[in-house]
Amino acid sequence: MLSHTTQGGVVELVLDQAPCNEIGTAMVEGLERFLGGLDLDATHTLILRSAARGGFSAGADLRELHAGLVARPAAEHEPALRAFLDRIHAVMDRLDTLPLTTVGVIHGVCFGGGFELALTCDVLIAEKSARFCFPELRLGIIPGFGGIPRLRRDLGNAVIRDLLLSGRSVGAKKAHQLGLVAHLVARGEGLAAARALAEQSGRFDPVARRAAKAFIKPLPRAELDREKELFLELARRPTLLAALTKFVESTDLRPYLP
Amino acid sequence: MAADTLPTLIKLAAARYGAEATKLGPDDDIFESLGIDSFQAVELISDLEDEFDVELPDYELQGVKTFSALAAKIDKRR
Repeated sequence: MLSHTTQGGVVELVLDQAPCNEIGTAMVEGLERFLGGLDLDATHTLILRSAARGGFSAGADLRELHAGLVARPAAEHEPALRAFLDRIHAVMDRLDTLPLTTVGVIHGVCFGGGFELALTCDVLIAEKSARFCFPELRLGIIPGFGGIPRLRRDLGNAVIRDLLLSGRSVGAKKAHQLGLVAHLVARGEGLAAARALAEQSGRFDPVARRAAKAFIKPLPRAELDREKELFLELARRPTLLAALTKFVESTDLRPYLP
Repeated sequence: MAADTLPTLIKLAAARYGAEATKLGPDDDIFESLGIDSFQAVELISDLEDEFDVELPDYELQGVKTFSALAAKIDKRR
């Protein structure tokens, strides 16, 4: 599901969980294991990419979330959600602040929690097939993995309002115009572009590289904490479970199309 | 509708997903005739945005099933 290789100070982390790298307990555990074993002294760049045909990640594992809620009495929903959010936030925060250059290579769908994972990267390289979307309001919630604070750190509030309140997806070209994506490349060229960037970043003095990143990319701590609480406030209403039930029971062939 | 929108759309979709353009009609269901899944449909939207230099908000495509309906939506953004 998660695999990685290391060569010349560059770690390539590959997400490969069918159908499209949904983020649930297994993915979080995989990321925790990866981060726990990362040799920071021997690494200068992390490349994060997906081997799934459909894209980078379709977002949170809604089927697992639904199953977890229906298996528990209502009184246990919030503690269970909070425990999961704490874990995923810790993983995202760690990825966000790694003293490495982190490069996300995006193709196909990059939706919801997958978009939030991508936003932890320092630099995003998007192939022309990439599409970014925050569909969470359709479920009666907001993005809960730190996406809004990270996007606000990187882009203007007006862009976030459009994405969030319309739920629309934007293509790689638009994302590049908005400044969300640093490099726009042809289909299948994302990894080569990331490797070239990694090689270049590896030439820099490591102390200066780490200082530059820490200076320019502070963690929006207060907003991340507030986002978690707002997510839980919204999730405790029956709206979420009703929307999830509709999703898992749907026979629509287009569940990822808004 | 612009004269070239529908034929260009069909030609592009056919080429992308290995269908024969001559066997695709304006009123055919896009998913069924191309045999594509939701992920491929998302890709197709990006292809169309690039080809026609438009933005196609998802909410404007709700309920769009046929090539002709999709071509009409594209034209409104051209």
